[in-house]
Amino acid sequence: MQDVKTEKKEFTPNIVAFCCNWCSYAGADLAGSSRLSYPANVKIIRVPCSCRVNPMFVLKAFQQGADGVILCGCHPGDCHYVTGNYYTRRRMALLYSFLNYMGIEKARTRLEWVSAAEGQRFSAVMNDFVKTVTELGENKRLTDLRVKEGE
Amino acid sequence: MKDVELKVVERAKALLASGEVARVVGWKKGDFCFDPSPAVFESVEELDGLVYNWFCGANLSKYLIEISKKEGKTAVFLKPCDTYSFNQLIKEHRINREKVYAIAVECLGKLDVEKIKAKGVSMIEDVEVVEKEVKVATAYGTETLHKPEVLLTKCETCQKTHQVKDEEIILHERPARDVDRFAEVAKLEAMTEDERFAFWKEQLSKCIRCNACRNVCPACSCVKCVFDNPASGISAKANDAEFEEQLFHIIRAFHVAGRCTDCGECSRVCPQNIPLHLLNRKFIKDIDGFYGEYQAGEEAEGKTPLTSFTEGDVEPNDAVDGEAK
Repeated sequence: MQDVKTEKKEFTPNIVAFCCNWCSYAGADLAGSSRLSYPANVKIIRVPCSCRVNPMFVLKAFQQGADGVILCGCHPGDCHYVTGNYYTRRRMALLYSFLNYMGIEKARTRLEWVSAAEGQRFSAVMNDFVKTVTELGENKRLTDLRVKEGE
Repeated sequence: MKDVELKVVERAKALLASGEVARVVGWKKGDFCFDPSPAVFESVEELDGLVYNWFCGANLSKYLIEISKKEGKTAVFLKPCDTYSFNQLIKEHRINREKVYAIAVECLGKLDVEKIKAKGVSMIEDVEVVEKEVKVATAYGTETLHKPEVLLTKCETCQKTHQVKDEEIILHERPARDVDRFAEVAKLEAMTEDERFAFWKEQLSKCIRCNACRNVCPACSCVKCVFDNPASGISAKANDAEFEEQLFHIIRAFHVAGRCTDCGECSRVCPQNIPLHLLNRKFIKDIDGFYGEYQAGEEAEGKTPLTSFTEGDVEPNDAVDGEAK
């Protein structure tokens, strides 16, 4: 017979971070090589540009068990593809506001501009976001039951 | 309304008889007075079945996507709200404007038969409207209802005017009015997150995934649709922990963001009476608030809010309920 665990596990959130290849992913790299720490529960997904992130990716991440989703891209004006992040900004402003309208906590979604030189900032942003989502607790409003099975 | 209908049938017959158009898109008489359905008429004889009454709420513009590919010109009757969808489809290069003869037809608001029935009126035989009074002739006698109470939801806050026309059939002027179409959205925004979540959970849990809202939507007209793709993970009902159809409705509303003209067809056709227009209106309200007022379908050219930007756009982290916070 299996042991029944009675003590409650401490909640560590699942964070999905979409980072653009040219700025934020390099910023994460710099954070690493500068020995700056950020929580291990941040799962980075590299995308060619923040504009590559279809709103569906954000929804899917939540559905598959993410407790928070953060998008990182080049600062406005610095996009490798010139204007990609401007479109991202509009798209995500609408999506985040809409998710909030559906009752999903606003703090679970975030967008930050992190350049390749901002290793420090990357680490600070991630630490802060993880802290915020940890306080909010588990995402129950957008998850798919099948993901939680067997837990 | 009877005088308008006569004029509509007369014009349709004249256009078809003269060979100016090859077909007419209009509303066809159903079994009762309250169930006309969109139809294509190709001969003068068929046009005896053409009606234009208080129940012609259906938006005909989406049908023109396929019909305008056919040979010859097509005449279509467009109510004020329909012209926005029509313009938007021209903007998206889905309708060939040259092949459509648009007849702007007057609209003083359309009635919702479900709302009339909910008032306990049955065996409806005919409906006539005088000012704000709806006189329903039934097998049991005549019932009088208050018009604003039995209007289609989409007509309750409509302030639209014809945006495009080749000719018009307008016999009665509609009085201008001042209503706030965002009042209900604002009410929801004022709630707490938990209350909003409870509201949408209750509403969207009613969804049976019949896809009627997608099928009727003039903005939702992709040839290949994500909801038909079994690999997308959203083609079937989702096993959501809280409620099943939330993801479908988020995606549906987002796909038409910036292109939705607020024609209100989604709510009209929903068999479960889900207030779907409140999802679309949220996007419209946010777009108006963040990027300046924009009415899709007003122009047949130009950029849409999601395909343009300015350097000083609001940051998503601060963007809530149509303003930067």
